[in-house]
Amino acid sequence: MNNPEFDTALFAAASDAEKKTESIVRPSVGYWRDVWTRLSRNRVSFAALMIIVAIMLCAIIIPEVSVDKYNTGELQISNNSPNARHWFGTDNIGRDVFVRVFYGARYSILIGLVAALINLVIGVLYGSVSAFFGGRADIIMMRIVDVLYSIPLTIYVIILMTFLNRPGAEGSEIGTMIIAFSISYWISMARIVRGEILQLKQQEFVLAAKALGASDWRVLIKHLIPNCLGSITVTTMMLVPQAIFLEAFLSFIGLGLSAPRASLGTLCNDALAGLNQYPYQMFFPALMISVIILAFNLFGDGLRDALDPKMKD
Amino acid sequence: MNPKPMLELENLRMYFPAKTGLGLRKPTSFVKAVDRVTLTINAGETLGLVGESGCGKTTIGRTAIRLYDPTGGRIKFDGQDITRMTRKELKPLRKSMQMIFQDPYASLNPRMTVGDIIGEAIDIHGLYTGAERTEVIAGLLERVGLAGDHINRYAHEFSGGQRQRIGIARALAVEPKFIVCDEPVSALDVSIQAQIINILEELQEKLNLTYLFIAHDLSMVKHISTHIGVMYLGRLAEHGKADEVYENPKHPYTRALLSAAPVADPDAAQAQKRIILEGDIPSPIDPPPGCRFKGRCAYAMGKCAEGDPELTDLGGGHKVACSLYV
Amino acid sequence: MKLLQIINLHTSFFTHIGEVKAVRGISLELSHGGVLGIVGESGCGKSVSMLSVTGLLAETGKITEGQVIFEDRDITKYTDKQMARLRGNEISMIFQDPMTSLNPLLSIGSQLTEHLIKHKRVTRGEARKRALDMLRLVGIPDAEKRINQYPHEFSGGMRQRAMIAASLICRPKLIIADEPTTALDVTIQAQILDLMKDLRARLDTSIILITHDLGVVADICSRVAVMYGGLIVELGPARDIFYHSRHPYTLGLMKSVPNPRTKSAAKEKLKPIDGQPPDLFKPPPGCPFAPRCDYAMKICLRAPSPFYKISEEHDSACFLNDRNASVTAPWGKEGQS
Repeated sequence: MNNPEFDTALFAAASDAEKKTESIVRPSVGYWRDVWTRLSRNRVSFAALMIIVAIMLCAIIIPEVSVDKYNTGELQISNNSPNARHWFGTDNIGRDVFVRVFYGARYSILIGLVAALINLVIGVLYGSVSAFFGGRADIIMMRIVDVLYSIPLTIYVIILMTFLNRPGAEGSEIGTMIIAFSISYWISMARIVRGEILQLKQQEFVLAAKALGASDWRVLIKHLIPNCLGSITVTTMMLVPQAIFLEAFLSFIGLGLSAPRASLGTLCNDALAGLNQYPYQMFFPALMISVIILAFNLFGDGLRDALDPKMKD
Repeated sequence: MNPKPMLELENLRMYFPAKTGLGLRKPTSFVKAVDRVTLTINAGETLGLVGESGCGKTTIGRTAIRLYDPTGGRIKFDGQDITRMTRKELKPLRKSMQMIFQDPYASLNPRMTVGDIIGEAIDIHGLYTGAERTEVIAGLLERVGLAGDHINRYAHEFSGGQRQRIGIARALAVEPKFIVCDEPVSALDVSIQAQIINILEELQEKLNLTYLFIAHDLSMVKHISTHIGVMYLGRLAEHGKADEVYENPKHPYTRALLSAAPVADPDAAQAQKRIILEGDIPSPIDPPPGCRFKGRCAYAMGKCAEGDPELTDLGGGHKVACSLYV
Repeated sequence: MKLLQIINLHTSFFTHIGEVKAVRGISLELSHGGVLGIVGESGCGKSVSMLSVTGLLAETGKITEGQVIFEDRDITKYTDKQMARLRGNEISMIFQDPMTSLNPLLSIGSQLTEHLIKHKRVTRGEARKRALDMLRLVGIPDAEKRINQYPHEFSGGMRQRAMIAASLICRPKLIIADEPTTALDVTIQAQILDLMKDLRARLDTSIILITHDLGVVADICSRVAVMYGGLIVELGPARDIFYHSRHPYTLGLMKSVPNPRTKSAAKEKLKPIDGQPPDLFKPPPGCPFAPRCDYAMKICLRAPSPFYKISEEHDSACFLNDRNASVTAPWGKEGQS
């Protein structure tokens, strides 16, 4: 059979160099960059991330640069409705609610982040040690977790708050609140990390490290924990809104920060008395809590999808 | 010249507890993954260990280099008894014995660069640092047929065959004498398998390596091995020179295994008389007394139920554990 | 009338990094009662092409071009519902891992009879009787007891037998088996292949067997299609492919497996195919095998080869079969047309 459409000169042997140019390598993409690409394609969670960043920036900047201060007010303008001068209105002693909401967001987010970080450290350590050493140690450590988990959280948080809070001591409520969260919030983290490590430690790359003579510590730090980073990140992201929510709740029932400090929860608490006449004083901090928690949750969800290797072809 | 034994296993037993309850009480039933296995691999040889899933071949490989603590028996490596050595005592020996794994995806840490994967052994044993370390790693990569500048890439950027090469380079980093190759090619495509087998053969020649080659693909095992061991349910059924075992199989299981292997030749496949074994491999949890193959064996007789036959030398080092030859 | 005709099928996956052209234009025919083997390495498109035929592609996968004609009906135009009915009745599929294709919560019996009751409208009692017959046919001992058991109580080989029983129970005209023995041990693989040969002879069902194992193909297939880089590179009767291959890839594949009959003393090095299969994210413009081919010509790198007719039933997509070829093919000059 002759194919007239092909030039016969093309039937000469191809050189190695010619063949080489034909092989194409897929562009090198690092793991986290890949995650970022997927995350930024998820419009909802990307928007949530932008909102979180925006709120954090506002919380840092607005209380500093605004002419109104969070702790000083003028009584003659107390309980003003939202207007062009005071966008969110003023409270019962004439403080600007807009500034106070962002000031409150500062503490709420701070407590949320610090609590999440502490729980991250405790949870990862506990979970990985339990799973890695396995056997009896694992059984005992997990039973302890079960017991802790069975005590209702709010009960001992309230007990702790009542005993540890020394009114007037600088920042003591924040410390107490963080301690309270740190007692039990790490449990979910510990369980997740344990589950992951139990699976990972069967993997051949862990055996390979052992065959090379790697110490337990090295296996844990270099091989196991880095491979849990995905779910650790997601869990931490989910812990932040939980802590913010708990803080708001505790502050709302009067166990939170004391004046002149304010968090979103205490703002709501303050507004409770005048709820009928001045609902906006409650509305704006409550809205801020909802927005922050929703944004963190949506971002966390998107992050989980982005980190899930099953999404990868 | 008398061959120097590299690895000697004597009555090696490796039992795993079968999970019971909370796990606080002493386990009462065991998975007898490896049960009284005795074999020797001489320096420079390759022992191919074949058998079906659950026969204990992988466990032998891992126990032989003390990734597991054996339940009983003795392991001698290069003349030293390593059966009860502590991790500290074992650490210097880790440089002499290495392992290559089956799954080219699971055996490389996805969060590490190729340079760090291969360099890990160098760091653990403090062999080289700085520029010298980079140079050694690049050299290892080139030795297994990869470009030295791949050092900063992640494992997932490579194909299965390339990953397996990285795994080989990792094992070579400590300049071992003995390597356990645990199904190193079974996860790879046919055209890639031959690449890896050739690398392993070349390295063996150049570096005078000793291999324990574990596989279920008989033709690959036959190709690479000087000796073959056939395992069934934790026991060594037959052991001898590769040609001898392949051409003159004695154990009924070996015969069935050889006849069942598919041949890439339609005429031969049509002509081949298959021994089709009935049933499945029984559970390795507390196997019944007697020969473990008796339930599926066409030659089973009364005495097979009585005692578990021991390996008997039929001459020339061809050993078989079967009552037919006692 | 042909049972199945695939005409110029293209299937792509649309991933976040772009389009992956998994199948790039394959054409195939299968007559009634035939056993066709599709051989190739991972990523060559062999599974994807058959998943396209049965409408079981993952969400990101799409047939972008071409037709699949099953007994005169263009099934690429079928709705999901029509496809589901077709899969239950006329085409069935067997997968590599029987554990994932059997529902762990249902007994083997109800999984078998479900097909019948749903698709064939037979009574429960009749369905059970047929299920028992089918289990016996595929060699499951104690069928009466086994029918009430759950998948986890079955061993790997038994599960694959149950899968085969489930796929046969509606008497399909075509069975597509995707690596049905790859997850099994050699002795169990021999049992299953034996069973498939036996059933084919008795039930006159057509089979498409997808595999990477040339040994399995040699054992049961009458025709073979060799796939590489999303294309069929050679197609013909099994004996022609094995003994008179006219494609360097097929030859390379056969040379890279060791022949166990050679003595250790006469041992030769294996001849691997150097390099890697192409990345179908950006498929090469010419023959997909050209970059790895020792015999590649300039033209091979520019355009994919058309099919050259080697004999009535044997086609090869390789320019070496062209009479203008200046490179001597591994099979010599004789066959160039």
